[in-house]
Amino acid sequence: MSDVVEKTLSALPSLLSLDSNAGAGKLSSTSKLGNLIRGITELTSKHDEEKLIKKELAAIKEQVASPNTTMRQMKEIMVRAIYCEMLGYQASVSYIHAIKLAQQGSVLEKRLGYLAVSLFLNESDEFLLLLVNTVLKDLQSTNLNEVCMALTAVSQMFPKDMIPAILPIVEEKLTHPKEVIRRKAVLALYKFYLIAPNQVQHIHSKFRKALCDKDPGVMTASLHIYLQLVKESPESYKDLTVSFVTILRQVVGGKLPMDFNYHSVPAPWLQIQLLRILAYLGKEDQGTSEMMYDVLEESLRRAEMNHNITYAILYECVKSIYTVYPKAELLEKAAKCIGNFVLSPKINLKYLGLKALTYVVAQDPNLALPHQMTIIECLDHSDIIIKRATLELLFRITNAQNVTVIVEKMLEFLRQSSNDYSTVDLVGKVAELAEKYSPDNGWFVQTMNSVFSLGGDRMQPDIPNNFLRLLAEGFDSVEEDRQLRLFAVDSYVLLLQGETASLPQCFLQVISWVLGEYAHLRPDQASDPGKVMRLLTRLLDQRHASAQTRRWILSALTKLCSSPVSIALARDVGERYFGSLDTVLRQRAHELMILSQDAGLRGRVLSAEGRLEHVEVDSSLSFLDGHVSEALAAGAAPYKPPHQRQEELAHEKALSLEPYGLSLPVSLSTCSITDRLTDRQSPTRLSISSSVSGNSTELSLKGGSTTLKLDGVKRVWGKEGYLVQQPKEVVEETPLPPTELPSPLGSFQSPVSQTQTASPGPEPDQERQQLASSLFVGVGTHHSVCLMGRTEAAPQRFRRKPKGTGSSSGTSEHSSNSSHSSSGTAAGNTLDSTTAATGQQISQHALGHPPVNGNPIVETPGPLPPVRDGGVAAEIPTGHTDSGTLADPNEDPVPVRPRDLPLISHLPAELSGLARSKLTTLCPGPDPGLALSSCRVYKEDALVLVVFVSNNSDSTLHRVALRFTSKQLEVSCVSGDLVEEVKGHSVATCQYAVVMMRASVDVELAGLVSYQRVPGQPRATPFSLRLSLKHFIRPLTVSTGEYGKMWLSFSHDVKQNLRLITAGDQSPLTATLDTLRDRLHLHVVDIIGSEGIVACRLLRGQPCLLHCRVHADSLAVWLRSPIPEFPDSLLYHCQKALAEA
Amino acid sequence: MCQPIKKYLTASLPNAHPLHTYGSVRKRVKCSFIYTYIHIGSESTIKIKMQFMLLFSRQGKLRLQKWYVPLSDKERKKISRDLVQTILARKPKMCSFLEWRDLKIVYKRYASLYFCCAVEDQDNELITLEIIHRYVELLDKYFGSVCELDIIFNFEKAYFILDEFLLGGEAQETSKKNVLKAIEQADLLQEEAEAPRSVLEEIGLT
Repeated sequence: MSDVVEKTLSALPSLLSLDSNAGAGKLSSTSKLGNLIRGITELTSKHDEEKLIKKELAAIKEQVASPNTTMRQMKEIMVRAIYCEMLGYQASVSYIHAIKLAQQGSVLEKRLGYLAVSLFLNESDEFLLLLVNTVLKDLQSTNLNEVCMALTAVSQMFPKDMIPAILPIVEEKLTHPKEVIRRKAVLALYKFYLIAPNQVQHIHSKFRKALCDKDPGVMTASLHIYLQLVKESPESYKDLTVSFVTILRQVVGGKLPMDFNYHSVPAPWLQIQLLRILAYLGKEDQGTSEMMYDVLEESLRRAEMNHNITYAILYECVKSIYTVYPKAELLEKAAKCIGNFVLSPKINLKYLGLKALTYVVAQDPNLALPHQMTIIECLDHSDIIIKRATLELLFRITNAQNVTVIVEKMLEFLRQSSNDYSTVDLVGKVAELAEKYSPDNGWFVQTMNSVFSLGGDRMQPDIPNNFLRLLAEGFDSVEEDRQLRLFAVDSYVLLLQGETASLPQCFLQVISWVLGEYAHLRPDQASDPGKVMRLLTRLLDQRHASAQTRRWILSALTKLCSSPVSIALARDVGERYFGSLDTVLRQRAHELMILSQDAGLRGRVLSAEGRLEHVEVDSSLSFLDGHVSEALAAGAAPYKPPHQRQEELAHEKALSLEPYGLSLPVSLSTCSITDRLTDRQSPTRLSISSSVSGNSTELSLKGGSTTLKLDGVKRVWGKEGYLVQQPKEVVEETPLPPTELPSPLGSFQSPVSQTQTASPGPEPDQERQQLASSLFVGVGTHHSVCLMGRTEAAPQRFRRKPKGTGSSSGTSEHSSNSSHSSSGTAAGNTLDSTTAATGQQISQHALGHPPVNGNPIVETPGPLPPVRDGGVAAEIPTGHTDSGTLADPNEDPVPVRPRDLPLISHLPAELSGLARSKLTTLCPGPDPGLALSSCRVYKEDALVLVVFVSNNSDSTLHRVALRFTSKQLEVSCVSGDLVEEVKGHSVATCQYAVVMMRASVDVELAGLVSYQRVPGQPRATPFSLRLSLKHFIRPLTVSTGEYGKMWLSFSHDVKQNLRLITAGDQSPLTATLDTLRDRLHLHVVDIIGSEGIVACRLLRGQPCLLHCRVHADSLAVWLRSPIPEFPDSLLYHCQKALAEA
Repeated sequence: MCQPIKKYLTASLPNAHPLHTYGSVRKRVKCSFIYTYIHIGSESTIKIKMQFMLLFSRQGKLRLQKWYVPLSDKERKKISRDLVQTILARKPKMCSFLEWRDLKIVYKRYASLYFCCAVEDQDNELITLEIIHRYVELLDKYFGSVCELDIIFNFEKAYFILDEFLLGGEAQETSKKNVLKAIEQADLLQEEAEAPRSVLEEIGLT
């Protein structure tokens, strides 16, 4: 065969010349192309080129329009048109003729016609519809070439809607006798699968047939489909594991025909494809992984040759080994392989080595240790790509001890880099690290200053937002907050005294806001109240400040005018901007003027205490309803929030992969006028935009969830940031220099460092050693290796948690006991609650000795055990309740039962059939003779809290009464508000119906039990319990139609991506929604394709709707509710539920 | 089996081409090459391995472009302009991989032509490099020691070969022999172009 090829190839030039002699027309047009190309090559200026092409395009236009142009000439014209397009000039006039050529030309002309179409047109181009008939005809042609061309065209682009028209014929081709046709048909189906998976669902069995095809080419093609399928749902294809393993073994063993070899490596593309599929199949699945260990090892072993292609296979192999369920021997081999890559002198391999290392250190930070020196060399590499990859690696191994060094390196890179995309990315990473591991206030503020000045206005807006929020919300310690704010203020004053022209606008905005809010913390503020104001005024007048920034500055000035000096200044500024052309500026100036004139108003608006007040904002803008309905009646289009508009735009632009089902935006057009009246979709968005303009930032930041929707935004420092100090102490107990790390790699390590000291050039070396020790400090201290690679996400999710609870937990005034168990849960609930030490000590104790309790607690703890609901509650003890001892909550829960029973038996009969929670003890209190426990009973219309008062002493208790106080809950007594007497060793029950007034993540319910042991001597003991939003949620049963209507009428919404749960043979969406339903009492209204809608309501309150959509491997959830706080809080519980599942 | 491309490319240069008659073409001196630049685009939710391929000369002139993701004309132009600039600015000993926007660019220079592909970030860069290499091999075999001029004047052939090798961004046929066989079969039709239709069909069927 190959000599035929040779012959043809050698004959080609003559063929071409022969061909050009064949017809005069042909000759002239060939030289036309030649002339064009030559002409262009000779030209020197862009202008001349433009002129020439214009002329050419005009000629093309004339020729295609002429009825005398033959198909053959048309072919030549197309070639020239393609050339013009390649040079960047539109030859749109020829598009339609390209289609015509594909339609009417002879085989050769057709081929060029198809090529031109594929080059000219886009998948979404309407012209493509004209091609459908041609494709259909060619697919049915008896000429193989035509069929091939049609299949090639279809695999490149085809209008999604027309797939059904040709699908049966393409399917038919799967059984075609020629392998090339079968192969192309498989690829065409792959394409269909990508653009419209629903349409090819029914032919999955045929894919299997293709996989078993006797021709390796067809089988290879089918793997493209399988890779995609397996990636989407590995569960459904586990049964094919054996087949894939067998195929790979045969390929590796050289069983394929020689044709498939590439540089004497058997079918490398096929191998890599299979390795990828195996990686997806074996991920987190020990059983499946075990089947593939052998073949993975064999691939690793066989790929020995020193050639790029074997490195490609090795790299893929290593990735698979680290993705599937771990096996020690393989990991060791893979690690060695990565080492070879990193150490390779070839720069491409070094790069890949770094990348692989980045991938694996997330699972085992120790792997980076042997390569310290190489990493440090790469940090100074002349190729910016290598540098960047190294920083990425360092980012993954950052901890509280090396954060300053790593961040410094990153900032250094940022100062040199000019690439926007990587700047934005890296700036985000620096901000993340700074928030997570900041060692002190000064460093944090300085780092954030660098972030703002380097990131400029291109960076993600959530960086400044998070920073401001961090400052505004503060942490647990008031003093800490004050210092941080003061530090920021001082550094900004210093900055403003210098040259400000180079500072980006968003930094200036941050500066103005912080100065406006916190300048009063400055000690010299009292003596020189005008100082900060003068600085801001100077900034205001500078030309480089944008209108947006000026608004921020004016707001800040408004907040600052309190003293006579500043009032005078303010008046001055107000006058100057009184006539500004910018309406917002003008309004601010007006406000400033009025404030500066009216002392009484000033006192009310700008009082010092007012800063802490919660400001109520009518975020639904209901006062505008009348205006809106008038406008709607007059024919105005209903308002669409920006995100919805964007989504619709995106839908128009991008290919939608599946029918949108009950598409909510679509139903908008069908909803009645009455619906539209209530259609105030996005007041929350409105408030965001106003806060961006600087208007109400301070309000919204303080108002918390009422306005600024920052909840979904990644935020890791928060309260936790300062907790870093605790783990830090602990880690310092272990010796720091990396060579002495008590890591499992200890033996590995020392030879490395020895060779390093032995190498020449001791001085720079020492410097590097030093750098190494500062970079890698703490990296090797992980005792337990988390191999599943999820370390990053889990702890962060939990970090965010205290945010919601923090504010309400501040109220818990007692006692060693509550702080005890809450810190106990944080440290892993292995603590024996009876230990007499304080919670603080206990947690430090536990942290200090990770091996003792087996908890992998280091700076980046593995997923924490879920905080028990209630947090403060411990389970009812096993025996000896009389003495009030509490059992270890980690102990097997079974023995709890017997003791549990007697109390539960006191449960009122009418509640016994209902779902209820476990018993939790409330504070044992100082009186050992009295024990309180509670249990929640979930009634359809209420949450009933049953409190059991057990008298464990011999004497009788008199006048036992419970009082509850909570701002967010309404507690009403059902029975047993006051029990006259509780005899010795008996139990009284009280029932309360609890309703949550405002949706919040969870609420502390404080109570007081008063009783008299001796009549006339009242005693009281406080207790508290924690109720969470999920206890108050009930399913809301609505139909899809009702849901659609409600959706449109709700104004508060939140969007967030949640993780998907995969379980059994259910689809991830169903599994996830079922989990949510079971854990949070939601009602799943409908599941259509990749979307699901879910509804719930708050007890005696408003509903919340969820719209979930599977997006890649996460679940995009969109929540809406009439109450502003509800979606936020519910989202939090969803996250938690999924994290625990 | 395969010699290094460099070797055969330079060896074949001097007396290479019918095209050398265009003495004025400046590139002739340096080039016995084809520059294929493969671009792989992103931004679409569809996961296609290769997003695009570009071939461009040392002067930054585009010689071939194949887009496997739907992008508007404007975007295409912007992407190719940006990339050509970035790549031409890089020094010869530097890494063949680039992180560019959210894509990974893999490029390689053969004589005066740069071949550049864009793949997804997680994709295997080395195998992409080999895809480029295999394409160069195919061109070389087809044109018989290919040079930039071959591609300039016969770019449609280069496209045909590319389509036979990569389909929709995925390698469809990696055997050199099979790809060339398919191209040759289609080319043979040229000879028969004037022959009656029934004969064509017969050829197609056999």
